[in-house]
Amino acid sequence: MASSSDEQGCCGHCACSAGQGEDKDGKSRREFLAYTAGAMGAVGAGAAAWTLIDSMNPAADTLALSTTEVDVSALKEGESLTALWRGKPVFIRRRTTKEVEEARAVALTDLRDPQTDQDRVKQSVINGKESPEWLVVVGVCTHLGCVPLGQKPTDPHGEFDGWFCPCHGAQYDSSARIRKGPAPKNLEVPPYQFIDATRIKIG
Amino acid sequence: MAHDERAPFKNPVIAWIDARLPIFSFMNKEYGQNPTPRNFNIWWNFGALSLAMLIIMAVTGIFLAMNYTPSTDHAFASVERIMRDVKGGWLLRYLHANGASMFFIVVYIHTFRGLFYGSYKAPRELLWLFGVAIFLLMMATAFTGYVLPWGQMSFWGATVITNLFSAIPLIGDAVVTWLWGGFSVDNPTLNRFFVLHFLLPFVLFGIVGLHVAALHVTGSNNPSGVEPKSGKDTVPFHPYYTVKDLLGIALFLALYAAVVFYAPNFLGHPDNYIPANPLATPAHIMPEWYFLPFYAILRAVTVDITVPFTNIVLISSKLGGVILMFGATGVLMVLPWLDRSPVRSGAYRPWFRVFFWVLVVDCLTLGLMGAKPVEEPFTTIAQLATFYYFFHFLAVLPLLAKFEKTLPLPSSIAESLSVKKTLRVLLPVLFLIGLAMQAQAAESDAFPPHRPTAGWAQEGILGRYDQAALRRGFQVYKQNCSSCHSLKYLSYRHLAALGYSAREVAAIAAGNNVADGPNDQGEMFQRPARPSDAFVKPFANDQAARAANNGALPPDLSLIVKARHGHEDYVYSLLTGFDQTPPEGEKIAAGMSYNPYFPGHQIAMFAPLQEDSVTYTDGTKATVDQEARDITEFLAWAAEPEMETRKKTGVWVVAFLVALAGVLSLLKREVWKKLD
Repeated sequence: MASSSDEQGCCGHCACSAGQGEDKDGKSRREFLAYTAGAMGAVGAGAAAWTLIDSMNPAADTLALSTTEVDVSALKEGESLTALWRGKPVFIRRRTTKEVEEARAVALTDLRDPQTDQDRVKQSVINGKESPEWLVVVGVCTHLGCVPLGQKPTDPHGEFDGWFCPCHGAQYDSSARIRKGPAPKNLEVPPYQFIDATRIKIG
Repeated sequence: MAHDERAPFKNPVIAWIDARLPIFSFMNKEYGQNPTPRNFNIWWNFGALSLAMLIIMAVTGIFLAMNYTPSTDHAFASVERIMRDVKGGWLLRYLHANGASMFFIVVYIHTFRGLFYGSYKAPRELLWLFGVAIFLLMMATAFTGYVLPWGQMSFWGATVITNLFSAIPLIGDAVVTWLWGGFSVDNPTLNRFFVLHFLLPFVLFGIVGLHVAALHVTGSNNPSGVEPKSGKDTVPFHPYYTVKDLLGIALFLALYAAVVFYAPNFLGHPDNYIPANPLATPAHIMPEWYFLPFYAILRAVTVDITVPFTNIVLISSKLGGVILMFGATGVLMVLPWLDRSPVRSGAYRPWFRVFFWVLVVDCLTLGLMGAKPVEEPFTTIAQLATFYYFFHFLAVLPLLAKFEKTLPLPSSIAESLSVKKTLRVLLPVLFLIGLAMQAQAAESDAFPPHRPTAGWAQEGILGRYDQAALRRGFQVYKQNCSSCHSLKYLSYRHLAALGYSAREVAAIAAGNNVADGPNDQGEMFQRPARPSDAFVKPFANDQAARAANNGALPPDLSLIVKARHGHEDYVYSLLTGFDQTPPEGEKIAAGMSYNPYFPGHQIAMFAPLQEDSVTYTDGTKATVDQEARDITEFLAWAAEPEMETRKKTGVWVVAFLVALAGVLSLLKREVWKKLD
């Protein structure tokens, strides 16, 4: 049997093809064993690699810290505060009636990421009563992760009475929806609920 | 066969790359057709095994480092977080910690193989020297790594080993201060040891590269010690030795996995599960088993060398011990020039062979003595063994080279194959016996015996915790222990493993108040604990705990079962041991209780368990014995919450590796059968 005719699963270049004088059965048996061992080795290496990679995912203690409680009793209409949730800023804004009306007057067709204001504040329910003046969003620009300005009255609020990201000029409206600039999405609304009139549980 | 010149590769991509950077040609030359002696025995597997272990250590180490914090305040806790909360963290850590032992087993066998078959002789002296350098670097890496968990053995090991350098005349103290970066082993030391532990393996890879490069210049030695003369003496490296090395690796990994999954702490010391305490040295400190022979040599020197008839000390016993300890590796560096016998392989040197085995037994003896306390007869035995170690290299080998009548050498490797293979299994058997003896030596002495128990549900390969006992034990902890003993590495969420629902866990947590803050006014405040909170501690700090407990610090119980010799049996014995009366004449100090199972027999804790001191929700009768068994079971879980997963995973991993070894063994037989 010509030694050049077989490829032992590698580059086929090595002396591993020194199969002179072997009968066909012996050779196929050897190939079968080589492929079996190779397949098992691949499975084992894959399992080991996954163990290593998975160890970099959030650990149990990190996952357990996924809720935070915020006292919002000090917020007056037209004021905002920033809370920390999962290491990220969360904007909590008690909007003025004007801001709510502005947000609701926009046609969905004018929006890059169409979503109604009603939809974005539907979790703002205090003691069973809808309270659309409360807007809760993750304060991370959906472009590349900077924190937009607009929490303080003296901050720039952009053209839409909301937030303005200084990094690349994304502008969000008073519902924190993207209106202008490079960001693709509205600011994310996290899961939250009002424990009572003064406390919000985020996460 | 036309394999010598660079043949074109069929695959155009490979051919393209190879024409520009001939890595494929290189691999083919060095690992494909590389003519390799055909008579390697099992001992030639350990070079490839060493490389496999080095890679495993590097990879697991890198991923561990991603979750480890090199700071005295956080190191111990970050290791516990790896064990308890990081996904697969317990597996990575046990692989790494036991991997060090496995690496040393492999390298020691590899080294003794070289010693027996004369692999250090011309033209392989440089190859051997690189090997000794690798060994030294390995020891430095292992030592710095052992410090990182920042347990008691880490801390005191670091203290003792760095103090070795204080023996250097004149500049010793300055060198030690420099090593520490302070006035004791402390945060700067830990920080730099972490850096060194991360750095040195890369240096190791570099020297291993040189070791292998030198090997590929001289070619491998072989059991006959005769260089290959013709094509009949060699086989191409691939597939003959690739399959053999892979089989060896699969078999060794199976053994390694068995240790990792079923005896992960067998080679460690319970004391290292106690956080480092600079104020108290453990009663029995000793290094990891792989350093024990060197440790024995260090301690063997007990006399100062003085100028005759004066009191002027030339070499203090301290310096002498350090010199001999480093000298033990030093003689290996000059070995190629000490043993000038023209015959390489011990197989053809009848007297050399005898002395070789004496050396093996001598090294095991040194290891055993390294684990013993410094008292007679161990000191004398260690001194004699130390003497023989140096005598072997400095006197026996040079003299044998002159006077030994060697056996006639075979004319070729092919001819040598007819020689019977000798003493195949003796070496590993001796190694394993030595290991077991050393591990046992640590356990046996000076620890009070334990009460006989009926055994524990968690014992054995498929042992699992008794969940009902865990829940009862948790009740006992809350009722009887938690007012003094913290459980700080556990969080309430961990109680889900006891079968509590999320709602029950939240309720248990909320029953405790935890300090939080500062709030908007800048003040700390109390709030009900949440499942994500760690178990609330009974005292704000150690000082408060001591003040409330007559000066004694109630230890944290998170790891108590792992951190004491005897483990469950010890805790159970201690808790039930308050019913004993002290022997006549033993005076019990004020505020102390007699307990024969506590080291020193006097403990600052009063009998913590009484009949019916808890009312079990499952209706079990709360005898003292029952309470002690339940709390011990609970604390065993608290120390090793990963145990059930570990044992279950182990079945699959070991079975897989054994199956892989089976397939490789059949493949090896197929590959080799036309030669045999």
